[in-house]
Amino acid sequence: MENNNALYVALSLVLNLDATLYQIVTLSLQVSLLAVLIAAVIGFPLGAAVALWRFPGRGGVIIALNAMMGLPPVVAGLTVYLLLSRAGPLGEWGLLFTPSAMVIAQVVLVLPILAALSRQKVEELLGEYREQFISLNMSRRRMMPTLLWDARFALLTVLLAGFGRASAEVGAVMMVGGNIEGVTRVMTTAIVLETSKGDLPLALGLGIVLLTLVMLVNAGAYVVGELTRRRMG
Amino acid sequence: MTSLNVPLMTGTATNPLPSLRFDDVAFRHQGKLLLGPCSFTLEGTGPTLVMGPNGAGKSLLLRLAHGLISPTQGRVSWLSAECPRQAMVFQQPVLLRRSALANLVHALAVNKTPRKTRLKLALEALARFGLTSCAATPARVLSGGEQQRLALARAWALSPSVLFLDEPTSALDPAATKAVEAAVQEFHERGTRIVMTTHDLHQARRLAGDVLFLSGGKVREHTPAASFFNAPTSREAQAFIAGELIE
Repeated sequence: MENNNALYVALSLVLNLDATLYQIVTLSLQVSLLAVLIAAVIGFPLGAAVALWRFPGRGGVIIALNAMMGLPPVVAGLTVYLLLSRAGPLGEWGLLFTPSAMVIAQVVLVLPILAALSRQKVEELLGEYREQFISLNMSRRRMMPTLLWDARFALLTVLLAGFGRASAEVGAVMMVGGNIEGVTRVMTTAIVLETSKGDLPLALGLGIVLLTLVMLVNAGAYVVGELTRRRMG
Repeated sequence: MTSLNVPLMTGTATNPLPSLRFDDVAFRHQGKLLLGPCSFTLEGTGPTLVMGPNGAGKSLLLRLAHGLISPTQGRVSWLSAECPRQAMVFQQPVLLRRSALANLVHALAVNKTPRKTRLKLALEALARFGLTSCAATPARVLSGGEQQRLALARAWALSPSVLFLDEPTSALDPAATKAVEAAVQEFHERGTRIVMTTHDLHQARRLAGDVLFLSGGKVREHTPAASFFNAPTSREAQAFIAGELIE
């Protein structure tokens, strides 16, 4: 059975502490977590700002953010590729086919998700808090950190959605990273490679490892979130 | 009573309560007249109880007075050099998703209270309202009465010269109601102008210095409490006090 075989491969990879696997997993996590972190630092305040301020073209910004949530990874990859390629505007940085390029591409993918969803969550909360905030004579700028902190449980879920997107996509990291063994090979690109080489058990094994990792991260965040949420009422 | 080391205390002759003036104020929403036009001045020592049946415009009047919304006609102004420091306690207390103490510290931080004194003032306010044991409890798991007391403690920590209360006891049991009324009295004694809405006649009798009576979006009567309860002049107020169902 192919499936049993894959499970066996996955288990033996993990149990034998396979050095290549370890390196690939570490790079995958590093790239995706860093991308989500950077996207959160930009995206959460951006989402809160769109929720708080009224300005011309605000509707357009919201539509654009929502639409960008569905941005195809290959399009994001292509854009970053063009920017970073030798002839591109940022070619001098020499980032193409490095993990940094992969981080940039994933930030482009994840940022709209974090900004659009945090905009929604913050706006909901603002509806509840608005009168109290005006009563306290708070400026919009002062409201922002309060709202972001009070929406922290909802934002944790948003963060997970972003991490899911980053860790699962293959198109963007493949294009700007190049799937170079030992340098830019991550779980998803390795799976694509092994599949095309015909080593289906190894590809499936890697897939199982990836799935397990994503589930572990989600379970950890869920437990932390749920415990605090229950405590805070 | 613990003593509080905060400015803006006690309404003495040298420090009269700020007076609030409504000049031909009206509020329309989608073309429909919801309140006014009305003109009156809140002066004297109060407390002012805004009374009337549901939908009379009590909450609207309070929000206009506090500046949460702007009138579509006329002018709301304070007869003082600068806008007095105000606070409001809502029917449903709006509390942050943090501990009771953190709620007060946040309000003080917003109020630009020096960082060093925030914790001390917050703890004093909690103690005054009997919430010391709840300091670390998340505000939103407190009971309804405790939540309302926390909202009052937050207002207290800000030491406003005007306090608005919008039906603060309508969702509370008698014991919690008593605690809120005692707190309102304390604010009053500290020299805070109280403007409070209620539809509870008994509560109004216990607290009122003067009564502003509304029905159908119009101010029908603004008289000292004694004359309002004993000899109301408007037909609507007479009916309201007599316990008739009016609109």
